[in-house]
Amino acid sequence: MRVLLVDDEVDLASALAERLEMRGFETDWVSAGADAIKQVEGKKYDVAVLDVKMPGISGLDLKARLEQIDPGMKFIFLTGYGSEIDFKELTCRAGETACLVKPIDINDLIDMMNSLAEKPERG
Amino acid sequence: MDLFNKIKPAFWNIRPRTSAAGRYLFNYRRIWKWSVFLISIVAILPLVFITALDYKVTERALESEFRSQTAHMASNTHLAMSFFLSERKSALNFIVHDNPPDALNDENRLVQVLKALQKGFGEGFMDLGIIDSNGEQKTYVGPYSLQDKDYREHPWFRMVVNQDVHISDVFLGYRQVPHLIIAVKQSLPDGTFQVLRASLGTGPFQEMQDKLSLAGMGDVFLINKRGMLQTNSRYHGKVFDEMPFPVPDYDPHTQVIEGVGPQGEKLLIGYRFIEGTPFILMIVKQKKVLLESWRQARMELLLFLVFSVTLILAVILGSATYMVRNMHLADEKRLMSLHHIEYANKMASIGRMAATVAHEINNPLAIINEKAGLIKDLFTIKQCYAADAKLIGLVDAILNAVRRAGKITKQLLAFSRNLEASVETMHPEDVVREVLVFLEKVTEMRGISVKIYVAPQTKPIISDRGKLQQIFLNIINNAYAAMPDNGHLTIHIRPTYNEEGVIIRFCDDGCGIEKDDLNRIFEPFFSTKTSQGGTGLGLSITYNLVHEIGGKITVSSEPGEGTCFTITLPASIDS
Repeated sequence: MRVLLVDDEVDLASALAERLEMRGFETDWVSAGADAIKQVEGKKYDVAVLDVKMPGISGLDLKARLEQIDPGMKFIFLTGYGSEIDFKELTCRAGETACLVKPIDINDLIDMMNSLAEKPERG
Repeated sequence: MDLFNKIKPAFWNIRPRTSAAGRYLFNYRRIWKWSVFLISIVAILPLVFITALDYKVTERALESEFRSQTAHMASNTHLAMSFFLSERKSALNFIVHDNPPDALNDENRLVQVLKALQKGFGEGFMDLGIIDSNGEQKTYVGPYSLQDKDYREHPWFRMVVNQDVHISDVFLGYRQVPHLIIAVKQSLPDGTFQVLRASLGTGPFQEMQDKLSLAGMGDVFLINKRGMLQTNSRYHGKVFDEMPFPVPDYDPHTQVIEGVGPQGEKLLIGYRFIEGTPFILMIVKQKKVLLESWRQARMELLLFLVFSVTLILAVILGSATYMVRNMHLADEKRLMSLHHIEYANKMASIGRMAATVAHEINNPLAIINEKAGLIKDLFTIKQCYAADAKLIGLVDAILNAVRRAGKITKQLLAFSRNLEASVETMHPEDVVREVLVFLEKVTEMRGISVKIYVAPQTKPIISDRGKLQQIFLNIINNAYAAMPDNGHLTIHIRPTYNEEGVIIRFCDDGCGIEKDDLNRIFEPFFSTKTSQGGTGLGLSITYNLVHEIGGKITVSSEPGEGTCFTITLPASIDS
């Protein structure tokens, strides 16, 4: 499974990416939305893990852009900002279901990615 | 005193406070006292003043009426008596001038004259006599045998010699019957004189007196200038008795004076000197009897005053109490909402701060989490260090700490968010557990054991999560404050009997609450811990919050055994 990790916290993104790699996920990470778009244009990913609050382009906007490029892509949001309920209301109201609040448990993330990957593609 | 305790209004025992919340409250007892005092003065003083004035004016008017009545009667009676005497005096004068001296010495002639007088003047003339200049009665006609009696030494004889005409006092004389004398001097050709003397009984005077009807134990009688009664009186003695009070001073006009009777009773005395006679007409009335009707009126006036004052006082007391009580209630309400707002603001600030802190901590926490996770992964996934239990233990400790910190920041965020109204479906148990997370450290430190029992058929409710959190936090804090270390808090959650709501019961084994305090525990500003900085608002705010979300809160307690707060919540906040 190919995973793209987007978080402006470089330390977090790099460590998380490495941990996913160790668990057999082919993971790339970038620290800005613009880099993520470039990355997706050049490569096919199954899942994108996005931070909601980022400088420049926000997680939600980035998702819309990436969906245009690759409609089959699945998304998981991460946030350290706002409670789980807040977050769920904000993003899940917009049709999203995959949300995690930092600090996350890596097993939760992996479970979530697996379950998303099993879902049939939309449309 | 017991009655007072029953009727005294609630504000009576509110003392002005200098500390905390009470400083915004007035001194109601003082306001009440002043308003009662001032209104009473303004309302009652004029009433008393007017009543006193009316009392005085009426008394004076009555007295002057009695005086003028008495004066009027004295004048009229004096006129009648004076006329009676002067008529008879004139008749005798006429006889003396009309008859030559010898003719009057003729007994037959004198009999004719007496008969003519008695016929012409009716009663009055008893007899007639002629007395020579030596005082010897030469001729006498009448019912008594007074012929040749010597009057030389009699006072009236001496008076007539000097004055030509004389009316005497009433006296007994030779005949031993009360009578008075009218004597007229007749000059004789030889230079000497003789005196025509007529005696009159007191009957006509008595008759005149008796005809008068007098109010107030009134009495009318004649006295002479020495104060000796000349006629019988009703209450002040018989003829020839001494009048029991002093003879009034001479005055040519009718006078009314006040005097004092022998028994010390106050008298109203009208008198008139009858000119040309030794007589003084006296009219004596007892003031006490005269004023009897006035006393009756005065009693009614006094009763009216007492009744009015009582009524006014009752109205003033009632309305002042009502007004001050309402003022007190309004003030408490105002203060309560003021504190409520203050409290809400405080909670909102805490919430905002908590959110900021949580946000700021969450990201570094996430980094620690991932880094530590990575370290662990490195050791566990690359088998070479997997066997090093100590290393793995250390990393696990870091990860555990992060998990715990994360849990708290998540709760903080949830808490701050819930301070704004957020009606949602929730299970009360979750909210209780959320609140207990905040108190985890205190609970652990004090060794308090918290047990939560949830009835299996308990359903989720729709309510305001933030308010519910505050309610539970206040109640649990309260329980912790009452408990010793290693105390027990038991929380039961079960459906209501109609299964439409939820009952949450918090029971502690703390110090309990005294019965007297139990009734007042939800009152604003009631606190048994004022010395420890309690505002007395915690439970009253809790009470209001419970009501705001449509619930009910009750308390039961046994001093020394513990306290139970029971909160009943509806299935939905809207129902």
